[in-house]
Amino acid sequence: METLLIIVVALLAVIALTQAIRIFEISSKIKGTDNDIKVDDKDNNTQGWLMLLFLIFFFGAFAWMINEYMELTLPVSASEHGDHIDNLWNISMGVIILAFLVTQPLLFGFAYMFRGRKTRKASYMEHNNKLELFWTGIPAVVLAGLILYGLSTWTDIMFPEKTQEPIVVELYAKQFGWTARYAGDDNTLGYANVRLIGGSNILGVDSLDKFSSDDIITNELRLPKGRPVLFKFRSQDVIHSAYLPHFRVQMNCVPGTETQFQFTPSITTAEMRSKTETIDKVARVNSIRSAKGEDPWEFDYVLLCNKICGSAHYNMQMKVVVESEADFDKWLKEQQTYAEML
Amino acid sequence: MEAHAHHKETFINKYVFTTDHKMIAKQFLITGMIMGIIGVAMSLLFRLQLAWPDKEWPILEMLLGKWGTDGIMDPNIYLALVTIHGTIMVFFVLTAGLSGTFSNLLIPLQIGARDMASGFINMLSYWFFFVSSVIMVASLFVESGPAAAGWTIYPPLSALPQAVPGSGMGMTLWLVSMSLFIVSSLLGALNYIVTVLNLRTKGMSMTRLPLTIWAFFVTAILGVLSFPVLFSAALLLIFDRSFGTSFYLSDIMVAGEVLSNQGGSPILFQHLFWFLGHPEVYIILLPALGISSEVISTNARKPIFGYRAMVGSILAIAFLSFIVWGHHMFVTGMNPFLGSVFTFTTLLIAIPSAVKAFNYITTLWKGNLQMTPAMLFSIGLVSTFITGGLTGLVLGDSALDINVHDTYFVVAHFHIVMGLSAIFGLFAGVYHWFPKMYGRRMNKNLGYIHFWITFIAAYGVFFPMHFLGMAGLPRRYYTNTAFPMFDDLADINVLVSYFAIIGGIAQVVFIFNFFYSAVRGKKSVQNPWRANSLEWTTPVEHIHGNWPGEIPEVHRWPYDYSKPGAEEDFIPQTVPMTEDEIAEGH
Repeated sequence: METLLIIVVALLAVIALTQAIRIFEISSKIKGTDNDIKVDDKDNNTQGWLMLLFLIFFFGAFAWMINEYMELTLPVSASEHGDHIDNLWNISMGVIILAFLVTQPLLFGFAYMFRGRKTRKASYMEHNNKLELFWTGIPAVVLAGLILYGLSTWTDIMFPEKTQEPIVVELYAKQFGWTARYAGDDNTLGYANVRLIGGSNILGVDSLDKFSSDDIITNELRLPKGRPVLFKFRSQDVIHSAYLPHFRVQMNCVPGTETQFQFTPSITTAEMRSKTETIDKVARVNSIRSAKGEDPWEFDYVLLCNKICGSAHYNMQMKVVVESEADFDKWLKEQQTYAEML
Repeated sequence: MEAHAHHKETFINKYVFTTDHKMIAKQFLITGMIMGIIGVAMSLLFRLQLAWPDKEWPILEMLLGKWGTDGIMDPNIYLALVTIHGTIMVFFVLTAGLSGTFSNLLIPLQIGARDMASGFINMLSYWFFFVSSVIMVASLFVESGPAAAGWTIYPPLSALPQAVPGSGMGMTLWLVSMSLFIVSSLLGALNYIVTVLNLRTKGMSMTRLPLTIWAFFVTAILGVLSFPVLFSAALLLIFDRSFGTSFYLSDIMVAGEVLSNQGGSPILFQHLFWFLGHPEVYIILLPALGISSEVISTNARKPIFGYRAMVGSILAIAFLSFIVWGHHMFVTGMNPFLGSVFTFTTLLIAIPSAVKAFNYITTLWKGNLQMTPAMLFSIGLVSTFITGGLTGLVLGDSALDINVHDTYFVVAHFHIVMGLSAIFGLFAGVYHWFPKMYGRRMNKNLGYIHFWITFIAAYGVFFPMHFLGMAGLPRRYYTNTAFPMFDDLADINVLVSYFAIIGGIAQVVFIFNFFYSAVRGKKSVQNPWRANSLEWTTPVEHIHGNWPGEIPEVHRWPYDYSKPGAEEDFIPQTVPMTEDEIAEGH
């Protein structure tokens, strides 16, 4: 039935278009012109005005989206380096939006102002070295600034200062879940390889390695506020990507190699939950959820997979909790070490 | 006509195995359009899934069969749809459909050559493309489903059928199809380069070439230098998949089994892939920019502003495009120092791009704009080129890329700057050179309707995606319902899908206009846009060898529009310089 309906609609569309073309053709025949194909001043005028109208509509829609959608974007960064990223982001966005707001009106404005007329003659203007130098120079200077600022931020993030010994944590990815392994008292991870996986040894940790006995394997990621954490990433099967949007962190997990990233959480889960923007967000989400008859949601940091990895890629997640260092230490003490597990 | 017919014209050698560049151009265009319809239709299917993940769509069951049981899309087929959509749009529509069509049509006509340097190789180029398209479409029908590892087919996912069913037979066909595609591209590109260098008519110096030719020429060079690298990447992947090598595989356990592969690196594939992948962006974009330069200048009745700067920026973009590929890999764990280098080179591209954008805008200034559908699409192209290009400043910056990498922000960026700009260039080219291809005119009013719906819908689809990305929403998610933090983004996804459906339907207007006009459209005059370049000096009816008599000699550049002292507002390239002009030193 539906197939039939689609065919009928398609046929009707073709007939309608044929009729439209016929009307265009007949009307131009009656008028003795070929204005179904030839562009005349009337068209130039209409299309020029439409260009102007589009510009107004475009900017209106842009303003509307900023107003409606900005509150949906990620909250304040929950990590120390994330603040630097957000600063750089705001400055870059400022430049981008300024350039956008200047060039689009020029484009559509000129399209409107210089819409063709029989009486108009275009000016013959091949080039203008001064003008061209000007708009090569301006982007060059602005870019030089952005590049320098960007590179210094990047270097700060990737080569963090050694103020405090970081806690070493491994994030282990496989289709379709995450496991964390804390390095324990010696703060060194025991050797691991996929070839050692078997039975309860889901991460392939080498039990003979002296560093492995105090490792702690958990299904939840807890982090202490204010302590640098050095993450080591591994993958068991395909490439995954550890994405922690609230902390402005992302790093691929690549089978056969180990990647790493260090950062310092700066806002605990409890603190984040009490922020106004989070309260608003939770209220918004929960009103949608209750309308659909789903359980209410409580804000939590989350780790997502952000590299296509197979059928359940969309649901490869892990809860992340940031707490005070004391609470974190207490929690870690309560966990079983690898030696105890065996 | 008889004088130039070297052999008896049969249906087969006129329409099928033809060596005539004009017919080959049409073959590329029609094949590209069919692939485009498939690619866009796929995007509408996954837009249904993204906006209404819980709803049952009988149409999904009808089209997808066992992958759409009860109208609910299977997660694996969702991944397959985004994979094949990307592959088809990037390679089959915007590379072969755009470059193949217009390089073939315009290079001989605009440089004053009777045909391509090798008509036979040109024919091979099309038929490799055709076979490649057939195999790609055939891969949709295999038992285990088409390739589903994303259009970038990163191993190990693409190497291991145990990891995703699409990496079985579907991926084998994908690789075979792409290998043939690369052969097609290389044959075409070599031909374009040789033709431009050797077959220019008398007086057609490189600095008198229309910007279309410059764009096609540089595009061909990019293709020749980068496609072989993709070929080697694909070859090594085929070896890993079928012959047990370990170029990309090491220490893997999948489906409960440890693989014997040892010592390879999945990141190696990414380096090889993006060494093509980034120039590929410009292989797609440059022809569109070339087309819009020509269309904007002709319809503004004004010389293109800063011809030399335009050529220079094409060359600069092309050069830089080879040393920026690492910006796709900032979060792969590569050496942070390399990240710095790639950030630096990437952001440099903004300079020649800005020059191009400003030159387009200045070309409109004090023009006498003839608002043909081609002109509208070219203006649309400049708009999307700016909007999409600007967000490149964020994504090319390694520090900022960390947080929006692989989110919808990226989807928005590349669809606007590359997808929309290139497709608008393609539309502009079709509307502008339709009279040259078919000797008839397309309906103007349907063209206007097509442009405005497409333009508004295109921005409506991709602009809101920036905000999705800034909310941290990853791309390639089958549904966003697994994370409550994304629940309040559902409305945006619905809005986007509505625009996508509207934009998709608008293309029916174009396809109808195209085929109707090809058969029933009004006959065109020889030079309908009053343009300067050489293709409009050929007769309306296509003949072998393009010009009935001698090939015309060229005396000036192609952008003498509204030149003071001239009677008309255009002076074709074949008109000799007056003494005044020579005295002025033009």
